[in-house]
Amino acid sequence: MIVYILCFILFLIGLYGVIAKRNLIKMIIGLAIMEYSINLFLIVIGYVEGGTAPIITKNFKHSGFVDPLPQAMILTAIVIGLATTAVLLAVAIRLYKKYGTFDIDEIKSLKG
Amino acid sequence: MNSLIPLFVIIPLGSAFLMVILERFLKNICKVITPFALLSLLILTLHFILRVEDTQIYKVGGFEPVNGIPIAIYMVIDGLSKFVLLIISLVGFFSILYSLSYTNQYTSENKFYVLFSLLIAGMNGVVISGDIFNIYVFLEIAAIASYALVAFGVEKQQLEATFKYQILGGIASMIILMTIGLIYWNTGTLNIADIYTQISNQNSLFLKFVSLLFVAGFGLKAAIFPFHSWLPDAHSSAPSPISAMLSGVLIKAIGIYVVFRLFFNMFPLSHEIAMTITVLGTISMIVGVLLAIGQWDLKRLLAYHSISQMGYVIIGVGIGMLVIVTGGDKKIAALSIAGGLFHMINHSVFKGLLFLNAGAIEYRTGTRNLQRLGGLAKFMPITSSTSFIASMSISGIPPFNGFFSKVLIIVAAVRAGYNWIAFFAVFVSVITLASFTKVQKYAFHNNDGNKWLKKNIKEVPFSMSFSMIIMALLCLGLSFFIVPEVRDIFLNPAVQILVDTMEYSTKIVGM
Amino acid sequence: MKGMTIIVKKITQLVAPIIFLFGFYIVIHGHLSPGGGFAGGVIMAGAIILQILANGNILNNLLQEEHGMELLESVAIFLFMLIAVLGLLVSGTAIFFQNFVNKGVWGNLLSAGFIPIENIVVGAEVFAAISTIFIAMVVYNDEVKK
Repeated sequence: MIVYILCFILFLIGLYGVIAKRNLIKMIIGLAIMEYSINLFLIVIGYVEGGTAPIITKNFKHSGFVDPLPQAMILTAIVIGLATTAVLLAVAIRLYKKYGTFDIDEIKSLKG
Repeated sequence: MNSLIPLFVIIPLGSAFLMVILERFLKNICKVITPFALLSLLILTLHFILRVEDTQIYKVGGFEPVNGIPIAIYMVIDGLSKFVLLIISLVGFFSILYSLSYTNQYTSENKFYVLFSLLIAGMNGVVISGDIFNIYVFLEIAAIASYALVAFGVEKQQLEATFKYQILGGIASMIILMTIGLIYWNTGTLNIADIYTQISNQNSLFLKFVSLLFVAGFGLKAAIFPFHSWLPDAHSSAPSPISAMLSGVLIKAIGIYVVFRLFFNMFPLSHEIAMTITVLGTISMIVGVLLAIGQWDLKRLLAYHSISQMGYVIIGVGIGMLVIVTGGDKKIAALSIAGGLFHMINHSVFKGLLFLNAGAIEYRTGTRNLQRLGGLAKFMPITSSTSFIASMSISGIPPFNGFFSKVLIIVAAVRAGYNWIAFFAVFVSVITLASFTKVQKYAFHNNDGNKWLKKNIKEVPFSMSFSMIIMALLCLGLSFFIVPEVRDIFLNPAVQILVDTMEYSTKIVGM
Repeated sequence: MKGMTIIVKKITQLVAPIIFLFGFYIVIHGHLSPGGGFAGGVIMAGAIILQILANGNILNNLLQEEHGMELLESVAIFLFMLIAVLGLLVSGTAIFFQNFVNKGVWGNLLSAGFIPIENIVVGAEVFAAISTIFIAMVVYNDEVKK
C-alpha cells in the first residue's frame, strides 16, 4: 500500500510545482513529474507477486507474468508526454523571446 | 462489423499525413485535400445517421472476445456518437471553408490545415472509441493539435494563452490518466461496456472518488465552472475558425460528450454525481454570463458566453440524470436530455457563426474592440445580418433554434420540479439578450461609420461569406429538430442511449 | 552552433555509430525482446543529438538536416498508416490493423507478420521526430542569437 501512497505524493509534488512555481521551465518540470508519478503508479498496479516480464524466451518456464497491459499504456503515455513537453518547451522559448523573461508574473498581457 | 467505422479516423489522419508530404511539391494542395476530407466525413456521418440503425461495433485488429471478455480495442457507433460526429463534421466543414481565405494572413498556411485535420481526427477518435484508454489517447491528439493551433499566430497574447491552456490541459490529462489507472486497478479492464458490467452493482466510496476525479478532469477540458479560467484566453486568442472549432466543437467532443458517456453508460447512476453536475452546470451558466457583461473584446465576450451556454447543455442532461436516479417519469428525463443535446448542436452552430463573424470583422478592420467599432452594417451587410441571426439565436428569440432548445430545457426543469433551475435559465437568457444587444449596437450600428469609408472597408471574400450564410441558414433550419419526425431521425437515438443506461453495455458485451 | 573540444569530438566519433547501431538492433528485434520501435528510435536519435552537440554545425547545414528529417518523419508515419489500412483492403475481411503477413516460425528474426515492418517504420518515425525537435530548437536558438 505504501507504494501507491508514494506515487500519489509524487503526483502532489508535481502539482505543487505547477501551481506554486513562478518560472515557466519549473512549471513544465512539475508537469513532467506528475506524468512520471502516474507512469510509476500504472507500473505498480500491473505488478504480480513473483511475476516475470511477459516475454517468451527459449528456456521458458511458465511462472506467472506481470500484467503487460499497463506497460503498453505507459509506453503510449510516454509518447504523448513527449509531444506535450516538446510543444510546451517550444512555446516557453518563444515566450522568452517575446517577453525576455521566464517569470509568469511578468507575462500578463491577457486580463479580464 | 461495419468496415466503414475506422474511416472516421483514417480519413482525417491519412489526409494530414499525406498533406505533410505533398505540401513540399504542390503549394496549394492542402486547400484542396482538407475540404474534401471534411466533406467526405460529413457524407459518411449522414450515411450512418440515415441508413445505419442500431449500435455498430468494430474490433480493431479483428480480435474476438475470449470467454466473453473483450480484448480488442472497440470502436462503437451508436445514436449519441452519430449525433456528436454530425456536430464535428458540420462545423468543421464550414470552418475549413471559411479558413480558405482567412489563412492568407499566415506565412505557413499548410501547417494550419495539417493541424486542423489532426484536430478532427482526435475528436472523431474520442467519439467513436469504446475504450477509456483509447479516449485518452485521441483526446491528447486533439488537445495537442489545439494547443498548437491556438498559438498559430505566435503573437504575445496567443503564446500566453496557449501556455495557460496547456498547463491546465496538462493537469486535466494527468488527472484523467490517473483515474483510468484507478479504474483498471479496480476492474482489470478498459472497455467501457465491460467496466459497466463489473461495477454496476458496486456503490463504494472508491467509485465516488473516481467519479469526482473524472468530473474534475473532463470538467477542466469542458470548462465547467470552477475550471473555466483558461477558456476565455485560449478561445479569444486563437485564429477565428479555430475559435469556432474550439468553442463550437472541441469542448463538447472531448469534454461534455465524455462526461455524458461515462456517467450514463459506464458508472452506475448516483444521486450525488447527478446533483454535482447539475449544480456546477447552473453555476457556470450564471457565472459565464455575468462575466461576459463587462467585456469589450468581442471574442472574449463570446468565449464567456460559451461557458454560460455549456451550462444549459449540462443542466439539460443533468436534470435528466436526476430524474432517472430518483425514479421519476422517463418521459420527462427524455425531454430534458433531448433539450440538452439539442442545445449542444444549436450552440455549436450559432457560436461557431458568431466567432466566424468576429473573425470577419477582425479580418477587415484589424480590431475586435467593441468601443472602436461601430457602423459596420452598411459596409459589411452579410456579416451584419448573419451576426444578427446568430445573436437572436443565442438569446433564444423564436423562430431561431436557440429558442426551442431553451424552451425544452425550461419546460423539463419545471415538470421535474426544479423550479429554481428554470428560473435561472430564464434569467440568464435575458442577460444574454442584453449582452448581444450591446454587441449588435456597438459593432454594427452605433455611429454612421464614416471612418470605415476612408479605410475602404468592404465585405469579406466569397468563401468566408458563403460559410457564414450557410451557418445562418442552419440556425433557422435546425429549428426543425423540434418536429417529431425529424427528431426521431437525429435526436431521439442519442437520447435513447442516455435514457436506457443499461443498453449500451448489453449490446456490446452481452449479458 | 559551436562544437566542443577535440577530446569530446574524437570520443563521439567512436561512440556515436555504435549507439546508432544499437538503436537499430533494438528496432529490428522489437517483436522478440523488450524495446521496439519507440525505444530504438529514441536511442538512434540520441546518436544524432550527441553528434550535433559534440561537433557543432553551421546553420545552413542544420536547416537542411531539419528539412530531411521532417520528410523522413512524414513518410514514415504515412507508411505506418498505409500498412494499417492495407489490412482493411487485403484478404477480404476488412479489418483495420489486420496482421495479414505470414506469421513465420516463432523466434526467428523474420516472423510475427507485419509487426517487424511496423516496428521499423515506427523506429524511423521516432528517430526523425526527436531529431527534428532537437534540431528545431538548436536552429531557433541560433537564429535568435543572430
